[in-house]
Amino acid sequence: MPATTLSSLLTPGAQNRPIDKIGAEERASKFTKRSIKKEAKVQGIKLAISMTDLTTLEGKDSPGKVQQLCRKGITPDPQDPSVPSVAAICVYPRLVPVAVKALDGSGVHVASVATAFPSGQLDLEERLKEVRQAAEDGADEIDMVISRGAFLAGEYQLVFDEIAAIKEACGDAHLKVILETGELETYDNVCRASHIAMHAGADFIKTSTGKVSPAATMPVTLVMLEAIRDFHRETGKIIGMKPAGGIRTSKQALHYLVMVKETLGDRWLTPDLFRFGASSLLNDLLMQLRKQTTGVYQSPEDFSKD
Amino acid sequence: MADRLKVNKTYKLYIGGAFVRSESGYTMSSHDQEDNLIAHVCKASRKDLRDTVKAARSAQKGWAGRTAYNRGQILYRIGEMLEARSTEFEDLLIREAGSDDPKAELQASVDRCVYYAGWSDKIDAILGSVNPIAGSFFGFTVPEPTGVVAVVADEASGLVGMVSQICSAVVSGNTVIVIAPDRAPVIAMEFAEVLATSDVPKGVINILTTEKAGLMTHLASHRDINAIDYRDGDAAVEQSLLDEGADNLKRMRFSDSMTAAEWNEESAQGLSEIAKFVEMKSVWHPVGV
Repeated sequence: MPATTLSSLLTPGAQNRPIDKIGAEERASKFTKRSIKKEAKVQGIKLAISMTDLTTLEGKDSPGKVQQLCRKGITPDPQDPSVPSVAAICVYPRLVPVAVKALDGSGVHVASVATAFPSGQLDLEERLKEVRQAAEDGADEIDMVISRGAFLAGEYQLVFDEIAAIKEACGDAHLKVILETGELETYDNVCRASHIAMHAGADFIKTSTGKVSPAATMPVTLVMLEAIRDFHRETGKIIGMKPAGGIRTSKQALHYLVMVKETLGDRWLTPDLFRFGASSLLNDLLMQLRKQTTGVYQSPEDFSKD
Repeated sequence: MADRLKVNKTYKLYIGGAFVRSESGYTMSSHDQEDNLIAHVCKASRKDLRDTVKAARSAQKGWAGRTAYNRGQILYRIGEMLEARSTEFEDLLIREAGSDDPKAELQASVDRCVYYAGWSDKIDAILGSVNPIAGSFFGFTVPEPTGVVAVVADEASGLVGMVSQICSAVVSGNTVIVIAPDRAPVIAMEFAEVLATSDVPKGVINILTTEKAGLMTHLASHRDINAIDYRDGDAAVEQSLLDEGADNLKRMRFSDSMTAAEWNEESAQGLSEIAKFVEMKSVWHPVGV
């Protein structure tokens, strides 16, 4: 992507309209007021399960834990065959080969965080090496972090070039760009970073690493969804969205689905274009789903932790 | 001088250490023996019950993890705070519950707290055991709390039954969801205020005022409630609790209703009450390791 594209991006224009903070928060809170019950709720929960990137990103992750998580991702509720598999299993690069083997033939994707996740504080060469290795090991999806330090210092060109270089290193793998919105301070920055990422070649934009608080919030996700909508109108390209971190309940997940539908439309209500990055969300979805099918409120103890 | 406007107290529910309004917005009224209004109280809904289950569940591990000594201190503290408000409770016991001997009932309630406080660090030693094994193993049996217990407060008394039921369940590390007696919701919420000032960690004891009958089957069917303590002796209710609660093997404790005077007696207390809501766990351990 030539640098001229970037400079046009940063001059006053549609994508640089300041974000109305109060308006965005007010609008986002409206999506939590919709009533979704019975069959619609069941459909919504199943859709949310199929959009989940079941994630484990801890220092204590082991091959055994990843294998177990993969089994759970393929068959989230062994008692109910109508429950779909999750979209992907998201792990550290070192565990990609384990996940690839465990998920072979299941249709569940392997996502790997890369680029010195979660801080991104390594030389670009090192980060590119990590991305190439993950892609070579079989990851279909790469979740990268942007250099927030550079972004906040105004070095947008550097951020853009890094994303473009990493996109190239991904090869056929899909690239999700993590903005780490909790560190970007303002909605204007979130909007600008979204546009930079999309112009530089992101297939998905993602809110957070889950390691910084606040992680995904409704208003931040709304700002990013609107950036995706504007980018689509401008270029015709369709970019996906992944809120991650802090989404723990079925109710929250349904709120996000409502927001996607009312901002981008039905076209985005597919695992190809919308994902939840979460670890504990899946159990709550399963618990609420079983409540809907049995009519009885469930105990968290009855659902496996990993 | 003009008459001063009345300042009436709003009674709310006690969930997770906070006084909250019912999600339903419904209220009920409580009357004294001459049918004069005492106060309006919240009528807890099924949703309130579910919120309470969450609060009780999240508090359970921490409560059971405290030292037995500390649990005893806190139960004793409840007794102290109750004693300090004895005149209020005696007055309410007459007006709301129609108690014949409010002083005796209040004193029995305070004594009950102190009694169970004393048991806290002795339960394991007396209910547990070191078992003889024919081999080079140790075998231990230790009592563990059942978990989240729904206490359906006894209707016979205004206070002492409920206090006894609560104390005997929480002393071993259970957390409780108390359904206040239909006849004395105001007393139950006054007792919640005692709890709120007694260092009881939030969520350990939760009190809901409602029409008992409306919530019973929901108590039984909720899979995250581990046990129910029901003493009203209604066979039809007992059967429906058993039917609905079979799904998660809920522990049920039924017994015939007692009179207020019987609750005051020392025969109403004992280790056997505590033992109703503990689960015995046996472990084997090789000798010499």
